[in-house]
Amino acid sequence: MIKVRNLKKTFGPKVAVDGVSFTVEKGEVLGFLGPNGAGKSTTMRMITGFIPPTDGEVSIGGHDMLTDPIAAKRLIGYLPENAPSYADMTVQGFLSFSAELRGLDGAARSKAVDRVMEMCFLEPVRHQSVETLSKGYRHRTCFAQSIIHDPEVLVLDEPTDGLDPNQKHEVRTLIRRMGEKKAIIFSTHILEEVEAVCSRAIIIDRGKIVANGTPRELKQRSENAGAVTLRLLDGSGTSVKSRIDQLPGVERSVVVSESPLTVRAYPRKNGASDELSKALGEIALKERWQILELHTEEGRLDEVFRNITLPDSETSKAAKE
Amino acid sequence: MSTLALHPIRTIAKRELSGYFSSPVAFVFIVIFLLLSGFFTFMVAGFFERGEAGLLAFFSWHPWLYLFLVPAVGMRMWSEERRLGTIELLLTMPVTPWQAIVGKFFAAWAVLGLALVLTFPVVLTVNYLGHPDNGVIFAGYLGSFLMAGAYLAISAMTSAMTRNQVVSFIVAVVISLFLILAGWPPVTNMLTQWAPSWFVDGVAAFSVMTHFESIQKGVIDSRDILYFLSLIVFALFTTGVIIRAHRAG
Repeated sequence: MIKVRNLKKTFGPKVAVDGVSFTVEKGEVLGFLGPNGAGKSTTMRMITGFIPPTDGEVSIGGHDMLTDPIAAKRLIGYLPENAPSYADMTVQGFLSFSAELRGLDGAARSKAVDRVMEMCFLEPVRHQSVETLSKGYRHRTCFAQSIIHDPEVLVLDEPTDGLDPNQKHEVRTLIRRMGEKKAIIFSTHILEEVEAVCSRAIIIDRGKIVANGTPRELKQRSENAGAVTLRLLDGSGTSVKSRIDQLPGVERSVVVSESPLTVRAYPRKNGASDELSKALGEIALKERWQILELHTEEGRLDEVFRNITLPDSETSKAAKE
Repeated sequence: MSTLALHPIRTIAKRELSGYFSSPVAFVFIVIFLLLSGFFTFMVAGFFERGEAGLLAFFSWHPWLYLFLVPAVGMRMWSEERRLGTIELLLTMPVTPWQAIVGKFFAAWAVLGLALVLTFPVVLTVNYLGHPDNGVIFAGYLGSFLMAGAYLAISAMTSAMTRNQVVSFIVAVVISLFLILAGWPPVTNMLTQWAPSWFVDGVAAFSVMTHFESIQKGVIDSRDILYFLSLIVFALFTTGVIIRAHRAG
């Protein structure tokens, strides 16, 4: 549904987006990650046709955004950053206006307004003017606007920004549910959100895509992914470590903490984690170590994120910490 | 132009109109316009003392009233959209920029038109007191409405330039003032002292005064109408260019 090819945007001498390409099909939820100023919002603004790209193509459902913008925009629902809305309108008035601009009239319009009011829990503030609303309600009002025409493509710029934990959960559930039938792109700073909602994630840094894969694949790029962590009731770090280092499948091991004693062992080859944990269990039994915990690390997205997006000099510093 | 293209214009104009009336902008403008035009017509220009059955005393103040009042109405048109960020919503809807520009412009023009319509008691008064040429009065209203539209289009243009309404207001006043002064008799008289007559005429041709005065006298010349309309079209076209340039970064 969404095809982006070699998208570029420069503001004067500054390159904001530098050759970004990807596609999103129906039924996919694409998470857009990156540090502040990486070019996430600029990319989304080009996808939705708000700003023209310096170079490259955007096509929505086969309609080119540059040559056929109206047809392309019809298919998109867009929640811009900071969720703007007309402060002087009531929630109902604002949603009705959006529906009308989307070409909905008469009964279809009031039905659409009622539907999104219910989906976004806006019923209690229906007749309140937007400027009197709390941030959470204001945010959901703008979110409601983006789904009022039941679009095939949704572009959401930080949809959970400024919401409380319950509201965040509601919005995530909503996105995941809608993602079954729509093509969705959303940007976020919250990495757990990506794991909870996305079928695929892209990490963008300084205008370039630096990683692209399922959250699971991305996590495996983490340094600790595949390592096995063993936590014992007591024992000395050095003796346990030296015993573990003698195992055939272990490349190296580190003592993470002394009390409770936690040792992390790295397998010699990738994907050998299961054999390693089996070996660790056996040796613990033999040595009569009292196991509190034994588990394989899945890797952590924030670690991957930091390793990928930090400048080189800082990567080594972060690794030491 | 199909009805399909007009639909978004109507939707946007409707929203803008409700915006003007849900905030004090429209009411303040209308009340101040009515008060000031009454004050100038009856107190300053001495409407009753003149003993004329016409509205020259009424219309001759409009260029000066509009100078401050119209930019006050138009200044929020685009700067507010930019300040709130709603311009990003509006222009990612299936709407072309010119539909948005025209819709907003018509809504604000309608507010100015409404204020003008509400001056009808002055027409009734002059008809009660004497036998004026109502054709001339109609021409005066037409000219005044067109002039308001021209100022408004300039205000729309300046409001697209900045997210700051005060800056937008001041720039619009300065441009409008230039358009008045270029044909204002004291200025043209000064220019004739030293400049060749073609130059004076050329400058005066840019002025709203020259064109408004001839319409005011009851002469509806297509050139005067064309002047105001082309001023409006030019300013709105420039608004579109500014908005596009702003989006392109």
